[in-house]
Amino acid sequence: MSTTETSPQHEAGTTRVKRGMADMLKGGVIMDVVTAEQAKIAEDAGAVAVMALERVPADIRAQGGVARMSDPEMIAGIVDAVSIPVMAKARIGHFVEAQVLQSLGVDYIDESEVLTPADYSHHIDKWAFTVPFVCGATNLGEALRRITEGAAMIRSKGEAGTGDVSNATTHMRSIRGEIRRLQSMAEDELYVAAKELQAPYDLVAEVARRGSLPVVLFTAGGIATPADAAMMMQLGAEGVFVGSGIFKSGNPAARAEAIVKATTFYDDADVIAQASRGLGEAMVGINVDDLPEPHRLAERGW
Amino acid sequence: MTGAGPTGRARQPAAGPAQEQRPRPVRIGVLAVQGDVREHVRALTLAGAEALLVRRPAELDQVDGLVLPGGESTTIDRLTRVFGLREPLRERIAGGMPAYGSCAGMIMLADRLLDGHPQQQTLGGLDVTVRRNAFGRQVDSFECDLEVPALPGSGAPVRAVFIRAPWVEQAGPGVEVLASVAVDGRETGVAVRQGPLLATSFHPEVTDDHRFHALFVQMVREVVGSIGPRSQAAEATTDDEGER
Repeated sequence: MSTTETSPQHEAGTTRVKRGMADMLKGGVIMDVVTAEQAKIAEDAGAVAVMALERVPADIRAQGGVARMSDPEMIAGIVDAVSIPVMAKARIGHFVEAQVLQSLGVDYIDESEVLTPADYSHHIDKWAFTVPFVCGATNLGEALRRITEGAAMIRSKGEAGTGDVSNATTHMRSIRGEIRRLQSMAEDELYVAAKELQAPYDLVAEVARRGSLPVVLFTAGGIATPADAAMMMQLGAEGVFVGSGIFKSGNPAARAEAIVKATTFYDDADVIAQASRGLGEAMVGINVDDLPEPHRLAERGW
Repeated sequence: MTGAGPTGRARQPAAGPAQEQRPRPVRIGVLAVQGDVREHVRALTLAGAEALLVRRPAELDQVDGLVLPGGESTTIDRLTRVFGLREPLRERIAGGMPAYGSCAGMIMLADRLLDGHPQQQTLGGLDVTVRRNAFGRQVDSFECDLEVPALPGSGAPVRAVFIRAPWVEQAGPGVEVLASVAVDGRETGVAVRQGPLLATSFHPEVTDDHRFHALFVQMVREVVGSIGPRSQAAEATTDDEGER
């Protein structure tokens, strides 16, 4: 790789560079892939990035056991196979997995509840890295705590590996609703709001002023159809992660392309209707209510 | 790099005498199939233009100029083809519509592309060869100060944000290189202009310095023939609504 020197003020890994990378993904779909072939199908279908992992959440759920960072060999194979950005998952709190992923040259790290947490007290100090991080959140306080730790992008958690979109809607409505509530508050009420959200006052005040998070907000966890993706966009997501929904369906290439189309034209029912035709079987899915609580991934992380 | 700093050439003198009459705001579209659309809308609005989202051919018909935003160029290329925008876009650009592309937008405007996806197509218009992801992966993304004398306003350097950015590997004779950076001792273009087309490898829209957008608004005004006071564009360069 060439070394680039431009000016004495040349800086890599700044907050603006990290958050800006997420800005460039907006309006796009990021797809879970487990092989280089799947990565190419995703890229050809118009994915803005792929998430390289060993097992999609539906399989992690079915097979059980401890879920960890993927084999670097497999991640490197996917990095080589496609020209779009590649993301990969590290376990919550596992900063050495994150160091390994940065060394492999992945473009974004997902500190993910889909894997088995490595630390039940501390998340990764994400400021210590050049590579940016995305983290999951079920509510505004959780999102702001992750941003405080250095996350440059947030995704609502949903319930991964189910194909049931209900938790994605709950979490997105919760985050957006709490932001609207902050916007309606008097300035002197924000101190208590920060206490209740368990988040730093300055960040809470910034969100109240902007009416949005200071980083990009995507949705994830249970999105299986073009209509699911479009609904999450209408609820305020700026883009979509699709995990098991594509490669656990009957026709992954067609479904991937349809979800990409529906994400761009999320507010145009004619386009969504057209994109949804003849896609074959969606992933079978599990109702979140049928999952015993200890098996709900969204409850990992705090 | 030693001493070989960013280069550029001034196009015209700074702000001329202000006129009193205010022209109708030029109407500039932002191609909104994917990418950092909202940042461009904000920058254009602050630079004095009326900004519209363009996702359909009919929306393209309503604009005087177009911004091609940052994003994933393979996705933007694919969606413009799938939704029947590619040919209308090529016709408008060939017909002289001003266009500004940042990062992925620069790729879309390039006549020739290196390191693209095998099926990737560009719209073309700019007589340049652009190398995609030329500066490397995200861990290599960076920001730096760039001197760009062609910009309206104070002449202060631009804080340029490069994100998995492309560069101009080769430029035809009609292309003016507005700024370049030294890579391994060789100057590579990162901001270029050719007639009504403008492109940057970096993302002015993610900063609060809107001089590139002011320059583009001015270019659109020149083309639509309702040239406003230059100082108006020059003044709309920064705002203090600190965001990122």
